[in-house]
Amino acid sequence: MIEKTVDVAVIGGGPAGLASAISAKESGAKEVIVLDRNSWFGGILPQCIHDGFGLEETGLFMTGPEYAEKYINEAEKIGVKLLNETMVINFNKKKEIKTVNKKDIYKIKAKAIVLAMGCREKTRWNVMIPGDRPSGIYTAGVAQALINLYNIIPGRNVLILGSGDVGLIMARRLKLEGANVLGVVEILPYPSGLPRNVVQCLEDYDIPLLLKHTVKSIEGNGRLKQVTVSEVNEKMVPISGTEKRIECDTLLLSVGLNPENELSKLAGIKIDYRTGGPIVNQDFETTISGVFACGNCLQVYDNVDFLSMDAKRAGKNAAMYIYYQKNGKNIQKKTKRTILHITPGNGIRYVIPQHISKSGDIQLNFRIKKPSGLSHLRVSSREKKIFEKELRCTNPANIIKVSVPIAKATAIKTLEVKLNGR
Amino acid sequence: MNNFHVAIIGGGVIGSAIARELSKYKIKVIVFEKGSDVASGASKANSGVVHSGINSAEFSLKARFCVEGNKMFQHLADELNFPLQWVGKFVIAKNDEEINKLERLKNVGIKNGVTGLEIIRGTELKKKEPYISCVSALWVPTAGITLPYQFTIILAENSIENDVKFLLETKVKGLIKKRDHFLIETNKGNFQSDIVINAAGLNCREIVSMIEEPDFDVYPCRGEYLVLDKNYSSVINSMIYPIPVAEHGVLGIHITPTIEGNILLGPSAEYIDNPNDKKTTMEKMNIIFSEAKEIIPLISKKAVINAYAGIRCKLSPPESYKPADYIIEESKKTPGLINLLGIESPGLTAAPAIAKEVSFIVSKSIELKQKNKFKSKRNKRRRFSQMSTKEQSALIKKDNRWGRIVCRCEHITEAEVIKALSNPLESQTLSSVKYRCRAGMGRCQGGFCTQHIVRIMENNFNLDIKNMKLKSPDSKLFYGRVRGKKGD
Repeated sequence: MIEKTVDVAVIGGGPAGLASAISAKESGAKEVIVLDRNSWFGGILPQCIHDGFGLEETGLFMTGPEYAEKYINEAEKIGVKLLNETMVINFNKKKEIKTVNKKDIYKIKAKAIVLAMGCREKTRWNVMIPGDRPSGIYTAGVAQALINLYNIIPGRNVLILGSGDVGLIMARRLKLEGANVLGVVEILPYPSGLPRNVVQCLEDYDIPLLLKHTVKSIEGNGRLKQVTVSEVNEKMVPISGTEKRIECDTLLLSVGLNPENELSKLAGIKIDYRTGGPIVNQDFETTISGVFACGNCLQVYDNVDFLSMDAKRAGKNAAMYIYYQKNGKNIQKKTKRTILHITPGNGIRYVIPQHISKSGDIQLNFRIKKPSGLSHLRVSSREKKIFEKELRCTNPANIIKVSVPIAKATAIKTLEVKLNGR
Repeated sequence: MNNFHVAIIGGGVIGSAIARELSKYKIKVIVFEKGSDVASGASKANSGVVHSGINSAEFSLKARFCVEGNKMFQHLADELNFPLQWVGKFVIAKNDEEINKLERLKNVGIKNGVTGLEIIRGTELKKKEPYISCVSALWVPTAGITLPYQFTIILAENSIENDVKFLLETKVKGLIKKRDHFLIETNKGNFQSDIVINAAGLNCREIVSMIEEPDFDVYPCRGEYLVLDKNYSSVINSMIYPIPVAEHGVLGIHITPTIEGNILLGPSAEYIDNPNDKKTTMEKMNIIFSEAKEIIPLISKKAVINAYAGIRCKLSPPESYKPADYIIEESKKTPGLINLLGIESPGLTAAPAIAKEVSFIVSKSIELKQKNKFKSKRNKRRRFSQMSTKEQSALIKKDNRWGRIVCRCEHITEAEVIKALSNPLESQTLSSVKYRCRAGMGRCQGGFCTQHIVRIMENNFNLDIKNMKLKSPDSKLFYGRVRGKKGD
């Protein structure tokens, strides 16, 4: 077993892990190490060969692999240590990480940890689709990896369940490779991916989008033969009599993503059931002091640019944490005193951070529950207004960011973020 | 040569147990299995319970072989190193009326020779199973759990080590009785054998009808299950069963812990027309979940990571009140054909005892001489995730493939996947990897490891992308390359 001490250990080498590691290093952390279980870095990006990455952040229009490369090069240039094919087995409150690769087992003692494990795709059973269990059922991300990384075509006649972004992008990708894309089926009355992907991936290619429908059953003893699609009512329950049988050999599932937090839970970090990610404060610090969270394991982001920007803050805060631990424990204690809880109110699905421990301008990230034309955002404490804003054309696919001034007033204990539709 | 003393049709737990039993003797044995691996039917899709024998009718073959088989399991597990835990089971009575039924079960159990049965109060049960509420419960200490597919695989693999031949993806198409032997026609050619053992499970009638007019019918009865995430492993310590339902001769929806930590809910019981219809249904999934939730209110639908169905081979129709017994005998019309009919639950438990019985029947027509070099032992397969850090570190230094984890949920290494793919049955589907080393069985259900396993199949085993299968001969995974490689 190899024992090692580092300043910051980052778990996960996707965009969030890389961005946080770079930022931690630039903010003064000495030894920064990134651990990733894949043979490559960049997480899901190398398989995202479409463009549109980096626009918000850098003004450049990049593909996924290009975006990843930019970060990998930067990390290497400033001396971040990247360890691939390295799987973290667990870590504890003392910030000791057990990890394994082809060389040995490592015990890494870190002064601060950044969690950047990403998310995983929901499976057929997460959405409980009954029927046979043939081959030919893939999550959209797995199909994307098969095509773009491994040069494998999963099927010819493809139906896609779920209009998440990966599903939409895969509809176009498969069409471009000559597959017969029969349509995208979505249980909600509106698409769940970004509007631009609906236009660029479906409408431009005449791929039908079937809203308020779901896959009710799957048939096929060996390979998939057909699925039964059915209309759903307002409660998302299939309406009997509306069944349609669609012959296909492949069903792609794009039915949502779950933040990956098995390691966090194992360590005893508290999870917000709304986001599926760790409960954090304004510094992205979890309920274990010195352990920070960013990227899709914190919340499933809509856009990698925003993800990277937040991850940089998490990395910087990890470096600051080490600095405070060394130089001024008192400063830290003081800033941690006021604890303010934030609750998502009317129309709001979740808010990050879940609690605030200092005053000043605090950035809130939140998602709304339903698409809305014009609505009124109100942040208040015990009915006392703190912040308000008009929101136009909001969509649950997008994360909304606002900066809210938090006064020193210790009387505030809770904050409610809510929406009033018009 | 294609001449054998004994040909076994069906590589389920029964066929594999018989093969292993007969592999002790100096005879040539062959097994035909139509699936791409052994345990392709009911043997893999059940509760994995080693039953005690309290649920089978007095003086029945089911009771006899169940109790006998149960007593053989520990010795077998010591020899072959398959997972087995005597977790025991509680049958719970929810009201005073049901207490009488517990008494009745206990009495049947005692008559069947089941030991250690004890009726305890609900308050006592609470100490052992804090999440279960009931009036009183029957404690069955001799009930255990195993991994039914691994048990079958290990029996089959040990048979191969002792020179039994297994042919996978081999369907018996015709059976002809010659003067002193059988001619067996399959898609892999013709074979000759002195004795034929019909262990074809649900297809047992089809096999019989190849050679004589069957005097029985098979009534397929589907049972659906839900699998819960390992996070829930601590909700029960023992199996929790309701009072058995009166009709269909089934045990009712119960909650079973598994060796791996997942919890099984089910099975339902539904007579179906098509014996190959292993569909799960929303209706039954909902019923299973709500009945299980009545027993353990703590469970949530979010915990479900998989669902599957298995088909029971019943010899009694739905309207019959009395469950049919097993039929295990040499055909009167066709000497040399040994039929095993209607082997449903507790078939897994009964398998070792049935194998002994079949071996006895065989010995009446063929002399069975013990082999001198029968390999009765099989080394325990090592699991990386269950080793100490020191052991892990030492193994990685010996073979660095132990340091590459390819299944993130279950922490299965490249070395374990390669070992699974190098199995003596030469079964190389995604499922055969899953059932041997558990890669792909966790909460992401193959989302991460599929691509890695495919690469290993390609690079280490030279398998063609187009020939890779999920589980059965016609379950191809892919349609080829996106861009042509040379030779594709």
